[in-house]
Amino acid sequence: MKRARGDRVFWLLAFFSSLSVIVMFTLLFYELLSNSVPIWKDGMSFITGMVWDPLKGLFGAFPFIYGTLLTATFAILLSTFLGVGIAIFLSEIAPSSLRVIISSIIELIAAIPSVIIGLWGIFVLAPFVRDNLQPLLQHLSFIPLFSGKTLSGLSMLTAILVLTFMVTPIVAAIAREALLMVPEDLKEALYSLGATRYEVVRHVCIPYARQGIFGGVILGYGRALGETMAVTMVIGNTPSISASILNPGYTMAAVIANEFTEATGDVYLSALIGIALLLLLISLAVNLVGRMIVWKWQQEG
Amino acid sequence: MAGHATDKIVVRNLNAWYGDFQALKNINLSIKKNTITAILGPSGCGKSTFIRCLNRLHELRSDAKIEGEILLDGKSVFNMDPVEVRRKIGMVFQRPNPFPTMSIYDNVAIGLKLNGVRDKKALDRVVEDSLKKAALWDEVKDKLNMPGTSLSGGQQQRLCIARAIATNPEVILFDEPTSALDPISAVKIEDLLVDLKGNYTVVIVTHNIQQAGRVSDYVAFFWMGELVEFGKTAEVFENPKEELTEAYLTGRIG
Repeated sequence: MKRARGDRVFWLLAFFSSLSVIVMFTLLFYELLSNSVPIWKDGMSFITGMVWDPLKGLFGAFPFIYGTLLTATFAILLSTFLGVGIAIFLSEIAPSSLRVIISSIIELIAAIPSVIIGLWGIFVLAPFVRDNLQPLLQHLSFIPLFSGKTLSGLSMLTAILVLTFMVTPIVAAIAREALLMVPEDLKEALYSLGATRYEVVRHVCIPYARQGIFGGVILGYGRALGETMAVTMVIGNTPSISASILNPGYTMAAVIANEFTEATGDVYLSALIGIALLLLLISLAVNLVGRMIVWKWQQEG
Repeated sequence: MAGHATDKIVVRNLNAWYGDFQALKNINLSIKKNTITAILGPSGCGKSTFIRCLNRLHELRSDAKIEGEILLDGKSVFNMDPVEVRRKIGMVFQRPNPFPTMSIYDNVAIGLKLNGVRDKKALDRVVEDSLKKAALWDEVKDKLNMPGTSLSGGQQQRLCIARAIATNPEVILFDEPTSALDPISAVKIEDLLVDLKGNYTVVIVTHNIQQAGRVSDYVAFFWMGELVEFGKTAEVFENPKEELTEAYLTGRIG
């Protein structure tokens, strides 16, 4: 009897623990929605609005959506490239002594508080972008992406680089785990057909590990979309929409952090909460699309 | 330097290590062209390591070390590009291991594609031919685009044989190819081995004495990293020269 009751308590505990996740998420969503009601009165114009000028009562969220998507997307593209490269090196090429060293450094980078990376961004990366990278990119200034000019070095490019630095360890660590799961005899099977190491990586390792690698990329993208502190410190915090990544910008997370304490009036506050809601929805959408792609791969076998 | 005219592979003073562990000790033997040579012995006796030396797969392990000489048609494999060696010496593994992300067709065609064959008709022809030689064509010809892993274990192993045949190697190594299969699938693989002998030199690793007796022309008995006895299968089985061989064949050790 006593044991049966214990089992019942155990069941309830486990059940309510998992229930709490659903409750918390629902409440969070409800709070964001209900508190941002005033800003949705104008409907879509909040999302498509290009001008953010609280003093004039203009609340257009598009500059932030643009800045967030642009910086996060470029950062995840760079991070995927770098992270998968690191992972392949660690799992297939590096001698075991080097593997340990590089793996620990990667884990160390992932553990650096973002405010410290932000400081490094301001004092090291921003001058580097201004003095070294900018002169190089000016040769490409016929491309709108590189057409601007930054005097301070605080720009969307700096934010992209900071995000890349923060997200690459995530992608690398997860991709490495996935690549280490590739069965040895599958690799040997392709080697035994006369394949080179590159061919084994390309035709066996990456296809086999693609779900895991993609999972890492999605996780990294989520992190890049929501990263607040380091980006706020280096992006220049200017709510404009510029094609050039050498110009300053602003992100959704950054504007919420910067302006929440000084938001006067219900509309201002609800605009910021509305941006939070949009950021949540974008992150959810990224995750959902990622899951659907993995699910589709699983269906294909 | 070349051995007897019909010697396809000559192994001289071969030693192999995993770290400090010596897996092969001073192996000397010759493998005749168009024959089946069985490498027989209990688990851990070095027989898999031996064939993995032949196609230089052993070296892929970071702690592996190898000494001695292996000649393929009189030429040292250690002076050849490993890629080249492996194109001439194909391999079928213990666990059926078709590439899970590839279709049946691509599993067979991948070796040729890596060799730069792009012509669809040529690929089609070799895929069909290889699958026929592996006695699998009739079972898969209507589902070539299905994943290789959708087949049964025995079919998967025959797919792996087709994959090895497709690149037209001169030698095919089999590392306990039936130990993960049911008896009926195993018999099919054994029949196939005998058929392959006409076109290829076959080396098969097995711990199954009956299997070695059924399929092989020559047998090499390995014990704790050493080659105990080597000769024509019929002679070794009927009249083993070494006591250790007799003890293994009669089941007293194993």
